[in-house]
Amino acid sequence: MSEGKAQNPYRLLIFEPGRKYESPLILNPRKLAEEKQSMLLPGHRLCAGCAAPVVVKLLSFAIRGPTIVVNATGCLEVATTIFPYTSWAVPWLHVAFENAASAASGVEAAIKALKKSGRLPYDHVDVVAIGGDGGTFDIGFQALSGMAERGHDIMYVLYDNEAYMNTGIQRSGGTPPFAWTTTSPVGKVIPGKTQQKKPIADIMVAHRIPYVATASPAFWADAVQKFRKGLEVNGPSFIHVISSCNRGWRFDTSLSIEVTRRAVDTCYFPLWEYVLGKGYFLTARSLQIARKPELKQPIEKFLEVQGRFRHLLKPENRELVKKLQEYVDAVWEDLLERAVNAPR
Amino acid sequence: MSGGKVPKIPLEKQVRMAVNGDEAVAYAAKHSLVDVVAAYPITPQTIIVEKFSEFVADGEVHTEFVPVESEHSAMSAVVGAAAAGARAFTATASQGLALMWEILYIASSLRLPIVLAVANRALSAPINIHCDHSDAMGMRDASWVQLFVENTQEAYDTTIQAFKIAEDPEVLLPVAVNLDGFVLSHTLEDIYMLPEEEVHKFLGGYRKVTGKTYVDYLGKEVEVKLDPANPLSFGPLDLYDYYFEHKVPQIKALEKAKEVVKRVNEEWYELTGRRYGDGVIDAWGVEDADIIVTVLGSTAGTVRHVARQLRKEGVKVGVLRIRLYRPFPFEEVANAIKGAKVVGVMDRALSFGSFGPSYLDISAALYGLKERPLLVNYVYGLGGRDVPPSLVRRMFEELIKVKEEGEVKEPLKLLGVRE
Repeated sequence: MSEGKAQNPYRLLIFEPGRKYESPLILNPRKLAEEKQSMLLPGHRLCAGCAAPVVVKLLSFAIRGPTIVVNATGCLEVATTIFPYTSWAVPWLHVAFENAASAASGVEAAIKALKKSGRLPYDHVDVVAIGGDGGTFDIGFQALSGMAERGHDIMYVLYDNEAYMNTGIQRSGGTPPFAWTTTSPVGKVIPGKTQQKKPIADIMVAHRIPYVATASPAFWADAVQKFRKGLEVNGPSFIHVISSCNRGWRFDTSLSIEVTRRAVDTCYFPLWEYVLGKGYFLTARSLQIARKPELKQPIEKFLEVQGRFRHLLKPENRELVKKLQEYVDAVWEDLLERAVNAPR
Repeated sequence: MSGGKVPKIPLEKQVRMAVNGDEAVAYAAKHSLVDVVAAYPITPQTIIVEKFSEFVADGEVHTEFVPVESEHSAMSAVVGAAAAGARAFTATASQGLALMWEILYIASSLRLPIVLAVANRALSAPINIHCDHSDAMGMRDASWVQLFVENTQEAYDTTIQAFKIAEDPEVLLPVAVNLDGFVLSHTLEDIYMLPEEEVHKFLGGYRKVTGKTYVDYLGKEVEVKLDPANPLSFGPLDLYDYYFEHKVPQIKALEKAKEVVKRVNEEWYELTGRRYGDGVIDAWGVEDADIIVTVLGSTAGTVRHVARQLRKEGVKVGVLRIRLYRPFPFEEVANAIKGAKVVGVMDRALSFGSFGPSYLDISAALYGLKERPLLVNYVYGLGGRDVPPSLVRRMFEELIKVKEEGEVKEPLKLLGVRE
């Protein structure tokens, strides 16, 4: 991918002006390791066990050629660019918390104008916006909705670690019911977050944009393919990736990927994609579960490895686990009804 | 407009058109080969984006128009566009500017040469759509170059100049062009525009990225833009070990902007025959004046009108219009007014709990002098309250009284407010 520049010790992704790039999609792990690299270079200061750099790496495997990344304020932004260092091997812009989608809209508009006036030295430049759940579900939602409505050719990647982790684990619109956070503490009368998780990906589907998908780092090939599809469509795409946070979810750093696997296995975070005009499609393990419901794991499998749900496993909170299971089941059943490829 | 030298493009070769201030700004943006316009409607700015949308709809421009969902996104989008190497423009007023506020600081600190037109309007509450400068004064500390124009002709001229100032390699800061809401934005005037290609020549064609920096990991000097051939990270985390040093070139660039504003004013004069004072201040009759009034924006015309009458009556008065508000031209202002006995400082905004903003700047400009004129601050025209010549005359009469009494009894006066 670094196109002969791999000998550069920093392994920057350099795209020479005037050349045409169409990097193939590779899913063979060995070939992938030989030919692709992350756009996030080693040395960043994200926590050990953080899934965010894994998400960026999988995204990197999908890029087609010249790519500009616009990053909302958050863990990923803060921990990868502590001046005078940067871990980004591609052009990267951070403006503020709530505006990754609108700043990316400006970048995309600039590329179009440069192209129109014969000043873009590339056939195509992809624009990717990356935001966490705070910057996407909450403070950046308006900008995201505007970007989608205006139809910018941008792939928006949400790495959802289900709380404001950068400021120290405060609840967000992406935090699930009953999860402990520092602003939804487990108290004597309130058992963690009392509200539900905003169905952000479905809300993006409702914008009638060309492509929306969910992904989990545990199902990496599924994720890479979805990133690629998101880049390939003309117009906005939205990829919702579950991104585990050992600090906020309270699990052992060795379990980062395992937790995101359990999120899918329990149907807490089903894998699907939505193609405009064709509808919802289940993918990877979620499709297998739809075909073979006995593969579906109880929600406890997801809860038991995370300290943020520890209170739910106490006998007196059995009712809450039941409620959470009902909630997960309802969302899953709803998805099964909508999915074109779910068995009838 | 001062006569004398024959401009490169004489008036008969310029294009005379009746437009309002907003339309003048839209034409200026069009003539300036703007790549990206991102804007959100707000009275009294809306005509700018409406007019520009027409240019886009008629295929008269190559510009990408991004009809964003808020002013916050408008400023964010032009930041993104300018970082990607585009010439970017937006326009707003009042609440819209307030909503942009967070990103104003980022635009200037990322050293992006964005141009913003502000059709000045009072801030809520109560909600009001008419002119005052409280919106612009909210961004005075944001490291933007702020210019205030007096009429529609100047709005056109200054918007074009703004791109040249912003993109100057020694400046590389965003520029705000302030025009009084309704008084200028909606008032039809006959103005002279340049043939489009002359504006292109003046600006050197499409934007060229003039900012360059040495990047250690690339081992070379590169253009400061989002470039897949030379990947840079814009907007990193910068803590106590570097942040302060990074403010130094920004401070210097803003200082430098003053000279560039002057130079561009002269270049424009050679091209068009029009200039606005020395570019930073526009003085009338100050040399021998006992009483001088300072003012920003369109009210300068009314004040000059009254001053002319008073001169005829034998009163030695002068008027100093401040065209460049940030960076504040301390030296130029001090030199222009230091000989007066009394100076009335007009502010169409108030720093609540203090004085009008320009009064504070002018006080600072004069403090270093051994002999200083007496200063009276007149806060006027809030929420679009009319400023008729009779009111301005009353202010001058009060200043004459201050001169006679030799002391200022009330340093802050609210001009034109009902008792």
